[in-house]
Amino acid sequence: MFMVPLLFGITIVCFVVMHLAPGSPTDLETQMNPRASAEYRERLNAMYDLDKPLYEQYLIWVGKLAVLDLGKSFSPDRRPVAQKILERLPITILINVLSMILILVLAIPIGVLSAVHQDSLFDKVAGVFVFIGFAIPTFWLALLLMILFGIDLDWLPISGIRSLNYEYLPPWMAFLDLIKHLILPVMLSAFGGLAGLSRYMRSNMLEVIRQDYIMTARAKGLSERAVIYKHALRNALLPVITILGLSVPGLIGGSVIFETIFAIPGMGQLFYMSVMARDYPVVMGILFIGAVLTLLGNLIADVSYGLADPRIRVS
Amino acid sequence: MVWQIRESGCHRGDSVRTDFWKRFWKNKIAVVGSCVVAVLFIISILAPWIAPYDPNEINLARVLAAPSASHLCGTDQLGRDVLSRMIWGARISLKVGFVATGIAILIGALLGAVAGYYGKWIDAVIMRFVDIMLCFPTFFLILAVIALLEPSIWNIMIIIGLTGWMGVTRLVRADFTSLKERDFVRAARAIGAGDLRIIFIHLLPNAMASVLVAATLGVAGAILTESALSFLGIGVQPPTPSWGNILTAGKDNIDIAWWLSLYPGLAILITVLGYNLLGEGIRDSLDPRLR
Repeated sequence: MFMVPLLFGITIVCFVVMHLAPGSPTDLETQMNPRASAEYRERLNAMYDLDKPLYEQYLIWVGKLAVLDLGKSFSPDRRPVAQKILERLPITILINVLSMILILVLAIPIGVLSAVHQDSLFDKVAGVFVFIGFAIPTFWLALLLMILFGIDLDWLPISGIRSLNYEYLPPWMAFLDLIKHLILPVMLSAFGGLAGLSRYMRSNMLEVIRQDYIMTARAKGLSERAVIYKHALRNALLPVITILGLSVPGLIGGSVIFETIFAIPGMGQLFYMSVMARDYPVVMGILFIGAVLTLLGNLIADVSYGLADPRIRVS
Repeated sequence: MVWQIRESGCHRGDSVRTDFWKRFWKNKIAVVGSCVVAVLFIISILAPWIAPYDPNEINLARVLAAPSASHLCGTDQLGRDVLSRMIWGARISLKVGFVATGIAILIGALLGAVAGYYGKWIDAVIMRFVDIMLCFPTFFLILAVIALLEPSIWNIMIIIGLTGWMGVTRLVRADFTSLKERDFVRAARAIGAGDLRIIFIHLLPNAMASVLVAATLGVAGAILTESALSFLGIGVQPPTPSWGNILTAGKDNIDIAWWLSLYPGLAILITVLGYNLLGEGIRDSLDPRLR
């Protein structure tokens, strides 16, 4: 229920951001079009409710939001914003979910091994990798991998999500085609989170290993394996749930860059194109949806944390 | 008596500061980081003298020339020397990094101080606002604002600053809520110090440690964000050279000119790595127990 005020706040921030702009959003359209008369402009203003006072505009906007009506795009097709976003959302979510899985699958073992063998060669190499992972501009890494795998080796496609002959391929080939197109984007969008989570996992694990109950488990004569993987790992994994929830905005934000670089027709690319075209209703809609997705990610994290650790529910 | 003063944290004596520097210079990470940052500063200041060519000099006879003795990092699609553009680009990223972080720290420290010091409903309002802002993917927020304004270097700096203060607010607030209960604050109040005096003279200097670390890491983050924006063509606008917009040219010529993609990215990587190492180093030296 704590979500409701947050949701309300999100709508206000979206609205304020959009109305901070100097001039009216319809300026662009009327300036670009020499035949636009003052009358046309007024009609356009009325169409987007820009002739009403601000609080009224806000109420109208929120009222429409409640029924998922995000208004119509400024672009020539004038399609509903919600429809435009919805048709592009699945691929963005698919890539983000896949990269989240990749992050989990790689970061947890790396973190655990680094912690268990603290100061070993593996730990040091992982540490260097983490530092570089934090500092590397992922769009640059994308360029380098495109040059390596896409151009020099010619193994992977570097643009779009399907080949030109996609429609003529048998189903399994088409599926393979999709996978090939997704490998680079998923790997790259996982990269930043990978460094963060493995570092986090390592420090968690180090902390847990020093706890009394681990000493008890060892004192009982349990094998090192059982101590680490049964007793320590489970407890060190708990906070990861929260971190995953917190990483949602980063992943979604990053999708703008990846989808633009790899020409993937997802929400991020739509956002970028709308920003370039100053298509305010779409920009506002995606800003809102992005925040709501983040909120959902946090909510899911909270709920699953509660399920995984009954102690949390009490407080 | 002496240990009491030290523990209360109000008196930052010489010994504390010397301890910090001693640990700082012994810390390999910190030394490497500060060297990288120092070199970048020198490059930025000396840009007009050390750049081999005029960064905006177009030479159509040498378009997209591969790295050679005369052009160490090659030339771009207009025949401009990439190395010279990168040297001038160092200035831009330094400027963006510091101004954006400065704005973020200013807002963050102020809001965090007010929230932590006054508590109650003021705290609740400010921290809810922080929660709301954190819901937005930062990159989305930045892009949305840029869509409304002209993309210029000043707008970029301001926007990155305005969207990056939330972490600092949380840090400063946490420091303030614990610090304000300490004896030295009570003592200050007892001798009649006003709220402003307590916040700025007594509390803020004690919260500076975590802010300093956040600021160093913030510069790195701002430089990364600026390069990503410029890469997408909505950051620093050509012909002003920035590492991000050289990379845009790299993407456009990805199949023929690898040097346009390789070197500017390497510059970003080293810079960000430098600031991150420096930040880590400062953190370790401030409080060795945090490792």
